[in-house]
Amino acid sequence: MALLQISEPGLSAAPHQHRLAVGIDLGTTNSLVATVRNGISVVLNDEQGSALLPSVVRYPEEGGVQVGISAQARQSADPQNTIVSVKRFMGRGLKDVGEVIDLPYRFVDSPGMVQLRTVAGVKSPVEVSAEILKVLRDRAERSLGGELVGAVITVPAYFDDAQRQATKDAAKLAGLNVLRLLNEPTAAAIAYGLDNASEGVYAVYDLGGGTFDISILRLSKGVFEVLATNGDSALGGDDFDQRIYCWILEKAGLSQLDAKDTRLLLTHARTAKEQLTDHVQIQITAVLSGGELVDVTLTRDDFYEMTQNLLARTLQPTRRALRDAKLGVEDIKGVVMVGGSTRMPQVQRAVAELFKQTPLTNLDPDKVVALGAAIQANVLAGNRSADDWLLLDVIPLSLGIETMGGLSEKIIPRNSTIPSARAQEFTTFKDGQTAMSIHVVQGERELVSDCRSLAKFELRGIPAMVAGSARIRVTFQVDADGLLSVAAREMISGIESAVTVKPSYGLNESDITRMLQDGNQHARDDMQARALREQQTEAAQLLEAVETALRLDGDALLDAQAQARIRLSMDALRDVLNGNDHLVIKRAVEALNQTTVVFAQARMDRSVSNALKGHNLSELEG
Amino acid sequence: MGVEKALRFDEFLPMKSLDFQQDFFQLFELPSRFQIDNAALDQRYRDLQSQVHPDKFSHLSESDQRRSVQWATRVNEGYQTLRSPLARGRYMLSLLGVDTQEETNTAMPLDFLMQQMEWREALQDALQSKDIDALDVLSDNNRQETATLQQQLGRQLDESHDHLAAAGSVRKLRFLEKLAEEISSAYDELDS
Repeated sequence: MALLQISEPGLSAAPHQHRLAVGIDLGTTNSLVATVRNGISVVLNDEQGSALLPSVVRYPEEGGVQVGISAQARQSADPQNTIVSVKRFMGRGLKDVGEVIDLPYRFVDSPGMVQLRTVAGVKSPVEVSAEILKVLRDRAERSLGGELVGAVITVPAYFDDAQRQATKDAAKLAGLNVLRLLNEPTAAAIAYGLDNASEGVYAVYDLGGGTFDISILRLSKGVFEVLATNGDSALGGDDFDQRIYCWILEKAGLSQLDAKDTRLLLTHARTAKEQLTDHVQIQITAVLSGGELVDVTLTRDDFYEMTQNLLARTLQPTRRALRDAKLGVEDIKGVVMVGGSTRMPQVQRAVAELFKQTPLTNLDPDKVVALGAAIQANVLAGNRSADDWLLLDVIPLSLGIETMGGLSEKIIPRNSTIPSARAQEFTTFKDGQTAMSIHVVQGERELVSDCRSLAKFELRGIPAMVAGSARIRVTFQVDADGLLSVAAREMISGIESAVTVKPSYGLNESDITRMLQDGNQHARDDMQARALREQQTEAAQLLEAVETALRLDGDALLDAQAQARIRLSMDALRDVLNGNDHLVIKRAVEALNQTTVVFAQARMDRSVSNALKGHNLSELEG
Repeated sequence: MGVEKALRFDEFLPMKSLDFQQDFFQLFELPSRFQIDNAALDQRYRDLQSQVHPDKFSHLSESDQRRSVQWATRVNEGYQTLRSPLARGRYMLSLLGVDTQEETNTAMPLDFLMQQMEWREALQDALQSKDIDALDVLSDNNRQETATLQQQLGRQLDESHDHLAAAGSVRKLRFLEKLAEEISSAYDELDS
């Protein structure tokens, strides 16, 4: 009989080892992880069999972190420590985060990116996202039985540099090797294109929980070429919920709700939105914390009406993308629908009207991005010959630098195929100017103040000369993840100085290292703090008990020498009581216990005999 | 033979066949002419990117990845330069050592300037009256004029080899390109 071969756990039995790689869709509402198994892209489920991990992170008062359904279940009860839709805050300052007043969080304004105050301390959106990614990484490693070589993380195509950098940082913090940041519509196109072997120009309309993307792609002989992309990185299903929420407030005559009631009604609003996909009208019933009853009826028509301008905000970027691609709707062979929000009938109708065709919905709009990302991860990990197809993606927003008068000079225009580099020369404004401040911005607007500020740095040591004669060459390089680095060089008379910057909105390498260490250190610190407090409490209680016992029985039961020994031991404990080392306190407590053993025994004996005096056994038993 | 071995940058992409010193026409294996075969350009672009794109090297060494980014960047730059008639004309002149003086030389024939002023006024009017149809007309006119100038530039570069006249055509085309950008912004504005 042939012996069965059993491979070691985590090792592939195949002759050439399959590298474990996953695609992760880090969504506003839900996140997913998928992988290619036996040549087929599959979404990995959790132990309860669900594929979607709600992108909800809760920091409970008792410590630890909850992610997913358990966190979601507590969002109304504990709104301030339960972070929902954290993706909307990635790489965003406080002023960028719209409708803050209606969100039940305690925001902390900090340079670059907004932070959130929770019971577990101030958290950056990067850290919160990393918690979601950790859960998905664990799920994948358990399911695949080994460590991952890397992951493709998807981002909205319209994410700017700061948002991309924040996403990459979160993945690093979660211990993931990022093979590539992949644009969500492109990922969806891979999932569709490979299934259908399509040729021609396609539009991908991706309306998620918090972001909207439109990409126009040409598919030809295995090449996916993004012709143009546009969108709104702060528009999604959440905004439809908000509209219903505001409508409920108005209808029920409510104002100024607390955090719990806000979250409660937002949750009801979301359910209502989902139900209106299949029903023409629905009842919204909720009891607020003050006991007020909310009971309103919402019709589909009312819902359409109140969200019409949100829809318009998706159609406008769509038309722009078509114009940028120099194409008309008649050139579009198919429209792929991505994102849970495309289930709303009014969205499908609006897209069908614009493109004059029924959009494609044959793949699950929630899963298609993760499935496509997994296919690309499999290629990037080197499991599959990469000759099969090629992705040519673009940057969504122009990159430029600030020039005199606060104007933006574009250096790399939007929709440039990446990787891309462009250099531009600038000169000095004043005679004898020896330093130049370089301000990197992203966006289409003329005024720097209307664009996103990515980084500021100074180039020093420019030789003093007449205004306008220095030659400063600024080079922008955008890599295949769509991430920018900038170098500036002064090129006069052989003197060159160069500086490379990473945009300041992201975290630099040392920040990431620090956060990783802090994470481990904090866990240790927390445990030590708890042990110390426990030990201090125990010591204080012991000291008090011994003190009382000495006062009551010391003279009766102990000689002076024995009493002095106990006093000495008590002083020794008091000396270390306020120190930081719980082990030292513990030893002093044990010493005092040891010293008082005989005394305690004597007191015990005496109280037993005292107790027995004048009582019979039956009384004691009763 | 392992996949990794097969994809080593040096073996895969010998420096003798792809050379940073090559000009874009050489890189794309096209004759150095203004009139080019766009289909051949597209095909060669895809072939090149299939060889050098960072996605082909993501599991290889960092130095391979860096070189891949450099090459892919250069291929993109070359493609964008050759694909756009204006950029292609400007590039051909720069290879010939002719400065197109687009920022400094603002001397334009009077009739061209008059027409430009007329069109800019029409653009402002269309914006103010939110007249999409007027914008369409303007856009069509601009496209036709651009096509005419491109043909002229092609003759100057490929046939008469009149480089100074070609530089003049490049400057005119730059005007028209700016106008096209403004028309596009105007569409955006009317759309919002």
